[in-house]
Amino acid sequence: RSAASAPPLYDVVVSGGGMVGSAMAAVLGHDIHFHDKKIALLEAGPRKEYDHMPDSYSNRVSSISPGSATLLSSCGAWDHVCSLRLKPFRRMQVWDACSEAMIVFEKDDLDDMGYIVENDVIMSALTKQLDAVADRVEVFYRSKAVGYTWPLPSHSCDISPWVQVELADGRSLQTKLLIGADGHNSMVRKEAEIKNIEHQYDQSAVVATLHLSEATDNNVAWQRFLPTGPIALLPLSDTASSLVWSTSHDHASELVAMDEESFVDSINSAFWSNINHSDFIDTAGAMFRSAISLLRPSGTAVRQLPPSVAKVDPESRAMFPLGMGHATEYVQHRLALIGDAAHRVHPLAGQGVNLGFGDVACLAHHLSAAAFNGSDLGSLKHLLKFETERQRHNVSLIAATDVLKRLYSTTLAPLVLLRTWGLQATNALPPVKVRI
Amino acid sequence: QLSLFRFTVKRPFSTSHSSVDSKEIKKFQLLAHKWWDEEGEYAALHSMNDIRVPFIRDTLLSMSSNYNLGNPLSGIKILDVGCGGGLLSEPLGRLGASVTGIDPVEDNIRTADQHKSFDPVLAKRIQYKSSSLEEIVEESMETFDVIVASEVVEHVADLEMFIKCCSQVLKPEGSLFITTINKTQLSYVLGIVVAEKIMGIVPEGTHEWEKFVPPEELERLLESNGFSVKTVSGMLYNPLSGSWSWAESTSLNYAVHAVKSGAQAQSHATDTQQHSATAGTAG
Repeated sequence: RSAASAPPLYDVVVSGGGMVGSAMAAVLGHDIHFHDKKIALLEAGPRKEYDHMPDSYSNRVSSISPGSATLLSSCGAWDHVCSLRLKPFRRMQVWDACSEAMIVFEKDDLDDMGYIVENDVIMSALTKQLDAVADRVEVFYRSKAVGYTWPLPSHSCDISPWVQVELADGRSLQTKLLIGADGHNSMVRKEAEIKNIEHQYDQSAVVATLHLSEATDNNVAWQRFLPTGPIALLPLSDTASSLVWSTSHDHASELVAMDEESFVDSINSAFWSNINHSDFIDTAGAMFRSAISLLRPSGTAVRQLPPSVAKVDPESRAMFPLGMGHATEYVQHRLALIGDAAHRVHPLAGQGVNLGFGDVACLAHHLSAAAFNGSDLGSLKHLLKFETERQRHNVSLIAATDVLKRLYSTTLAPLVLLRTWGLQATNALPPVKVRI
Repeated sequence: QLSLFRFTVKRPFSTSHSSVDSKEIKKFQLLAHKWWDEEGEYAALHSMNDIRVPFIRDTLLSMSSNYNLGNPLSGIKILDVGCGGGLLSEPLGRLGASVTGIDPVEDNIRTADQHKSFDPVLAKRIQYKSSSLEEIVEESMETFDVIVASEVVEHVADLEMFIKCCSQVLKPEGSLFITTINKTQLSYVLGIVVAEKIMGIVPEGTHEWEKFVPPEELERLLESNGFSVKTVSGMLYNPLSGSWSWAESTSLNYAVHAVKSGAQAQSHATDTQQHSATAGTAG
């Protein structure tokens, strides 16, 4: 056999070293049933050193759910995150620009609802944990994969049963399982010819780091639905917040180009102005609210006022286009897709990376059990279980996010009323809120 | 409830006056290349790994002091009798065991050898040999820590001789794992009539009901040949989901764990512990 000249064989190769891919490699690397397995992580970019966190905040942040925090804990990364910096928040206030309707999410117990963490902080923590298991996980930096060769499912004769991965520098790897974590333009997905349902929104997101007018507890995440798209303020510290403003491409370009003062004015106006209200809607909304308060006196929450913004960090403004995507299959023989490679959502729900971390947790669980059973890691049997579990979870959330995005992109009275009453009703009903 | 039969591969043995039946060899040569198609003729055997591997693994883990979850079977020498294409040898090898797989059908051994060759770890841990059990007894006296005879004893002509040979190649206090089919009206109706003649889950003529082994008889033979039976557990195949599960009833398929008496022939209390899988994916 050509075992001697064959490319090195890994048990698992993760293609894509972003937050989700790195988490996948780190979690497997720390799994006890993977102690004698070989894992490789391929990252096209260079290794970044995160030893010193700059004083200023990065403009790319994520809202990390408690579930994601648990996953990061399981591979020891959460401790690093906590020792760097993060901002827990207790409350989310979401409201409409066209009416007074509002919904407040709050946990009854004193736990945190979620955490706002800079992506660089997460990457720093994961890189440290990958270093800790370097004997099991080999990270290839500056290693872009340029081609994949898939094995036939029912292997026969002399053809290698493994997935072949060709790197840009000519090197090759073989693996029993390839995990595609290479983002929404996933090359792994395309090479595997997995059909992707995708749609470009006519929106871009503008991000920036903002400084508040005055220091506050800042433990509330704010989101207001404007007709052009949702604007969100995510707390970073008592004096700083991160902006994620989804709006039309033109408006986004304007926002990024305008001078800092005008930019700050636009943000404050977006949060405070009532220009989109109409008397009709206001009255209808008020009536509905009184009706609710008769039935459920505690059902309408006190509206807290969002903080006002004083300054924007220079250089922190950026924009990127938005879209949605969903792969029709998450798995094939010896292949699994996770993160944005499998599904891409609008940031309005703050779920993007949490879905990816959820994929990691689920796939790691099934792979761990498969390893403990001595199974072939690339076998469709357990990969299909991962796919079923995650598609069931993801599809409804992605669809709901898409519907919300469309519903809130209009000023048409009937739809505004619909979502106004919907939002108010949802706010008044504990079971629905808990589910969200 | 309709507990349906699972496909079993018969292992035809070579021509010798042993526990082997020669006319079945030809049947299996045709199917030798189908072993590793997980959705093919041997699908039910592949999915049987979901319960038989955890059964073997957990039993051995509970008996050993080496609780290394990363490599649970490391240091253990296992003989897989009637290994076929290596469906059970490979998972045991992946869990760290040194496995010797024997099968009288040369084509099976060829398939097994070829399949393991692409994985350097398995290639080192597993050795295959075309042979019957009797033929290796002389050179392998008290060599193995564990013997697995999965879906084999129902094909064996002389069961008592087979068990004696197992005892000879097994170290004292070594473990013997058997999975096989009971000889009942139910196994005739479901196993032969339905599975072979009606539904075609099993190629016709694969099994002879006469050779099925009731657990009572197996236990008797084991106990009278120096073994102590520790566990007997029923197994059930669900053809709709294609998966196996443990069952109360042993009237169709069942599994046995027995231990060869130690050098001082101590008697161990026979306890029928109900098996429970720790990390099993059986569904």
